[in-house]
Amino acid sequence: MEWDYFLNEVVANRDALLHGAAITFAVSLIAILAGTVLGIVIGIAVTYGGKPLRWPARLYIDIIRGTPVLVLVLATFYVSSAVGLNLNAFQAGALALTLFCASHVSEILRGALQSLSRGQIEAGRAIGLTFGGIFRYILFPQALRYALPTWITAAVEMVKASTLLSVIGVAELLLTTQQIISNNFLNMQFYLLAGVIYFLIDFAIEQVGRFIGRRLDQPTRRAV
Amino acid sequence: MTPIVEVRDLHKRFGELEVLKGIDFTVAEGEVVSIIGASGSGKTTLLRCLNLLEEFHQGDVLIGGEAIGYHLRRGQRVRIGEREVARQRAMTGMVFQAFNLFPHMSALDNVTLGLTKVRGMPRPQAIELADHWLDRVGMLERRDHRPSQLSGGQQQRVAIARAIAMSPKVMLFDEATSALDPERVGEVLETIRSLAQEGMTMVLVTHEMRFARDVSDKVVFMEDGRIAEQGPPQRLFLNPDSPRLQAFLKTSSF
Repeated sequence: MEWDYFLNEVVANRDALLHGAAITFAVSLIAILAGTVLGIVIGIAVTYGGKPLRWPARLYIDIIRGTPVLVLVLATFYVSSAVGLNLNAFQAGALALTLFCASHVSEILRGALQSLSRGQIEAGRAIGLTFGGIFRYILFPQALRYALPTWITAAVEMVKASTLLSVIGVAELLLTTQQIISNNFLNMQFYLLAGVIYFLIDFAIEQVGRFIGRRLDQPTRRAV
Repeated sequence: MTPIVEVRDLHKRFGELEVLKGIDFTVAEGEVVSIIGASGSGKTTLLRCLNLLEEFHQGDVLIGGEAIGYHLRRGQRVRIGEREVARQRAMTGMVFQAFNLFPHMSALDNVTLGLTKVRGMPRPQAIELADHWLDRVGMLERRDHRPSQLSGGQQQRVAIARAIAMSPKVMLFDEATSALDPERVGEVLETIRSLAQEGMTMVLVTHEMRFARDVSDKVVFMEDGRIAEQGPPQRLFLNPDSPRLQAFLKTSSF
């Protein structure tokens, strides 16, 4: 009886649930992609930049990483409207998560880059590569390999952090679930369902990460 | 004839400490010059100034007649742009004490990287040239190995192929055998020797006195940031003028 009621409710709310999951997925994907790009730029600045680049980058990383994500989300939402930047809740939320993701990615990248020997940079310079070439062909491919496992963890964290956007009214999966529950009072069932959906999204990210990892581990040419 | 390397009144400081205090020397085409001296005498720093891995503060370094790293603009000494410096660096090839191969690439790709990305050579042609030089240093059979799968001596021979495949005007060797197991030193020295005999212009910083004596056309003895004595190896090793060189040779093993 109870089971039938639950299934009926799931079917009745399927559009809302799918929409919520899609919002969660979209905002996480934006944060991960944009945050990774921004994080790479900041990571390079903090690792190889001169003082005028390194200092602001360091400051950015420390401030953002030292702030609770919830505070970051609220601050982005309310500050952006106060300064006349008219972002809706989704945009503000995506921006907050992007900034948060970038600070983590830049620290991950810095750690990976610093583990590479300086001698490789010198060898690259000695054959006439510019810094851009050295980064692209020598440093980045190796850093990627070291950083990938931690990067996947960070990406999964973004999906979990996206639940915080419910407080500024983004109808992502958690808020949608709460709204459904307020109508049918199936607390346990619908929170479990939301948990399963979050797990599936994170599981998919980890699988993609593993796939990239396997691709990277293949030698540049066949090893004998 | 223009010398391949010409160094004029070279000064270099690390902060307050002046490590090169006015160096003058030249390397003619096909010449092999060894730089010897105690640790801290500035010999590695001097070598690294020749391809701008170190900046210098005064004086000129000319490679093939071209001033490296700095030029005068309205009487001011100005650093040349990074892209241009990269091109200038490719006029020299360097072999490092710690090999510094790119660990994520096969031996072959270590050699082709500069050919394709710096020289702009099509890949098939780059592979052909890389194979030629890997064969020349006896590493063709292991072209598909990663550096971690090679011994130190083998890695250093790949590093030599990587540098020389770029057809530099001069090869710079920075203590190329210091990091090797004793039984691996011979194979690398033999490779360097055969390249020298083919007429490659070379500058070597080395602790291998016997090798410096046998292979070099000229030996430069450095002492406290200056060249204390330079000349043909027979004279420097058999009849050193300065007491410092006499003392240095006494403490060096042959």
